[in-house]
Amino acid sequence: MIKLFSHITMVFFLMTSVLSAQKTEVCKTCEISTIARAVEKAKPFDTIEVRAGTYKEYNIGITKPLTITGEGNPVIDGEHKGEIITIRSDNVTLAGFTLVNVGTSYTTDYAAIRVVKSKDFNIRNNTLERLFFGIYLEKARQGKVLNNTIKGDAVNEYNSGNGIQLWYSNNVEVSGNTVQNVRDGIYLEFSDNIEIRNNKSIDNLRYGLHFMFSNHDTYTENLFENNGAGVAVMFSKFIKMRDNTFRKNWGPSSYGLLLKEITDSELTRNTFESNTQGVRAEGVSRMTFTENDFANNGYAVKIQGACYSNTFSRNNFLYNTFDLSYSGRINENNFDHNYWSDYYGYDLNRDGTGDVPYRPVKLFSHMTNRIPEAIVLLRSTFTGLLDFSEKVTPVFTPPGLMDNAPEMKKIIW
Amino acid sequence: MVSIQNLNKAFGRNQVLDNLSLQINQKGVTAILGPNGSGKTTLIKSILGMTIPDKGTITINGRDIKKDVLYRENLDYLPQIADFPDNLKVKELIKMIKDLRNKPARDETLIRFFGLEPFLDKKLNTLSGGTRQKVNLILAFMFDSPLMILDEPSSGLDPVSLIRLKEWINMEKAQGKIILVTSHIMSFVEEIAENIAFLLDGKIYFNGSLSQLRTKTGQEDLEHAIASLLLPSTPLRDRGKPPLRSCPAPNLKL
Amino acid sequence: MLKIIKYSFFDLVRSRWSYAYFLFYLLLAAVLLFLNNNLSGAIITLMNVNIILVPLIATVFGVMYHYNSREFTNLLLAQPLKRSAIFTGQYLGIAGSLSLSLVLGLGIPFAAYGLFRSTMIWNFAILMITGVALTFIFTSLAFNIALSNENRIKGFGYAILLWLLLAVVYDGIFLLLLASFQEYPLEKFSLAATVLNPIDLSRILILLKLDISALLGYTGAVFKQFFGTSTGSILSSLMLLLWIVLPLWRMRKTAERKDF
Repeated sequence: MIKLFSHITMVFFLMTSVLSAQKTEVCKTCEISTIARAVEKAKPFDTIEVRAGTYKEYNIGITKPLTITGEGNPVIDGEHKGEIITIRSDNVTLAGFTLVNVGTSYTTDYAAIRVVKSKDFNIRNNTLERLFFGIYLEKARQGKVLNNTIKGDAVNEYNSGNGIQLWYSNNVEVSGNTVQNVRDGIYLEFSDNIEIRNNKSIDNLRYGLHFMFSNHDTYTENLFENNGAGVAVMFSKFIKMRDNTFRKNWGPSSYGLLLKEITDSELTRNTFESNTQGVRAEGVSRMTFTENDFANNGYAVKIQGACYSNTFSRNNFLYNTFDLSYSGRINENNFDHNYWSDYYGYDLNRDGTGDVPYRPVKLFSHMTNRIPEAIVLLRSTFTGLLDFSEKVTPVFTPPGLMDNAPEMKKIIW
Repeated sequence: MVSIQNLNKAFGRNQVLDNLSLQINQKGVTAILGPNGSGKTTLIKSILGMTIPDKGTITINGRDIKKDVLYRENLDYLPQIADFPDNLKVKELIKMIKDLRNKPARDETLIRFFGLEPFLDKKLNTLSGGTRQKVNLILAFMFDSPLMILDEPSSGLDPVSLIRLKEWINMEKAQGKIILVTSHIMSFVEEIAENIAFLLDGKIYFNGSLSQLRTKTGQEDLEHAIASLLLPSTPLRDRGKPPLRSCPAPNLKL
Repeated sequence: MLKIIKYSFFDLVRSRWSYAYFLFYLLLAAVLLFLNNNLSGAIITLMNVNIILVPLIATVFGVMYHYNSREFTNLLLAQPLKRSAIFTGQYLGIAGSLSLSLVLGLGIPFAAYGLFRSTMIWNFAILMITGVALTFIFTSLAFNIALSNENRIKGFGYAILLWLLLAVVYDGIFLLLLASFQEYPLEKFSLAATVLNPIDLSRILILLKLDISALLGYTGAVFKQFFGTSTGSILSSLMLLLWIVLPLWRMRKTAERKDF
């Protein structure tokens, strides 16, 4: 009842305020020539239109509902002095700006745009360059971060920040953004019900996308390319990962997707291409891996232990150096009904699945799990012979670990 | 002039040359004869430097052959088996050997002499055994060296070529060369050789002129003379089969 | 000696084996490049060929040539030539002609593909360098075996055995040692074991040039660091050179003492 009442008052409040809202213009030659001054003078629900030009301002605090838009791409130059815009009010829209030169500090996480304990914000069509942190949502909720471009110049992890960071924030939509050359492209910590869609996270120092202790989140149709270590989902539950592309995350400790201590999640229709490790899983349970393409990876899937009750089905494993690396003697995961390009079995009864099971774990990859140094024998004649003999008569690889019904044709999804 | 002093050579436990000494000073053809396994080939190869003796010295014209290989500049050798690189044409092989020796050669005279013109552009592996032997002869005689070693020169030759070969050897003899020959065809040896060096069990058993050998054994026929060298106690006047000796049993095919 | 190199070289260059070898590489590289269209993949496949086939062919060719040219060798021995010159010349001739087949057979398709404009040229270069080095190494080993064994069957047997030892068995023992000393740090050991075997060394030198080296993980990083330094590259070149020079030295000594 109280909730309903509050809604009605809000709608009412909104209507009156929209009706009474005013528009303020800011430009170099206008009456009001700084954004800070315009914000200060504006009434709640006013609109501030900023004209083209460079505004050397920082620590702009927004404490009332406002719509601030840039016309002709105005630039706000923080001159490395600190944070540029801090939003501490609900219903703030910020659109069409280029924000440059955020201050760098070892004690304070300065951001280009920070949202603190607010809801219904809308940050869109902004370009952020030469930054420390980009968009920082702190205990924010029900907002949108749309179509922003964040281009950092990070060199070292210790003195660089993240592109879009969500901390204790819920019900936020992050979509259409491009983030490159920062530490983590998008970082979530203790943030639930987040939807991350159609973003590009490229060339970042550490992760393209990084989850920590965040549940019930969804990320779809994103591109993660050439990041230091790929995407990491850690200590999280009920995550849906769909239609994403993980490409060229290549390096000795790199991977497309790291899953660590995660349960009850799904990975569907994603493409993993040319990653050192496509998916690396540690402590993953009750997860489904369906209709993903793993192509030209070093290891398509590397299972590092304590992974139970996961199902891999209808995935395509195409021309990976190793399709599957598995540590441990007992397999509690299901690998039936996948397509493996290395499968050379036959299908006499023409039911579309091979009559002989496929064993995706090569003996050599099994050995390198126990003796990491043995990897120096990669592609030597001896290990080739080992793999061949193990294929013919399996002795060492976990006995149950096989696809009992390998598909004969590549799965179209 | 070839001088061999106390030559020893063993292959494993088999003492092939046993303190052998031999002087060949006389010009003309010296035939080195002996049963199979008597050390003929080892001796020849030692002179050529292909077999390294265990003990003893060989000097040619006063120069120790161990010291340098250049003594072979003045030595021609006809190997027993005429085997050559298969891919080469006759012409190319001759050119190659000339190139390696880097000496004036009388190859054209020899080619005409042995009638080898039609084969010059043929590859060596297409030639018959006799033709290969002719190529072999040309290579050996080409450089006009004062010392010649011929290992089974007559093998595989047709009668006409054999006559030619004898003619050529006689011509070389007339020039005052030292020629060492091994052969198992005694009639051939009889025709060309003045001197016989007979080897048995790694030693020189007889070294002297053909007439000395005849006198010593009382045999006119060389084959019988040699046989009676081997078996002095057995009368061989009757031309029967070569008799067998019990121990050791050298093969009498010379 | 130059003349002998020349004659052995041309003798082999004109043999059908040389052509077969050359055509095999030509065909292989062409198929890999133009049907697959993947330069890095082609180089990996060629690396496998490099570490299996090149040593095997060099071994078999070396032994075969030595036995087949015995009479020719005898002919040369009667000429005023040094023995060491004869055998070194023959060796350089055969190793040279095999290398030529390899370099041309792989080089022509790569050149036609436009390699020399791409950044892959260094990967290709290391492939060629190791291929040529392995040819020289295994030809000299083969010559040693052939010189020491008058019996052809034995000679061939030992040669194949040696190839098997270096190409396969060595790695087996290597793996066995790694497995039995798991609890010790093994980077230095595996580095040493790799450097000591020319086939392993070639494999690692090529792998490190390719993207696939990322799979080598921490051990790979140690290797990359080592081979990236000048000490590393000098040591590995020295090792390859040693594998050529030592057998060659032994071959010359054997030849001097041998009875023909």
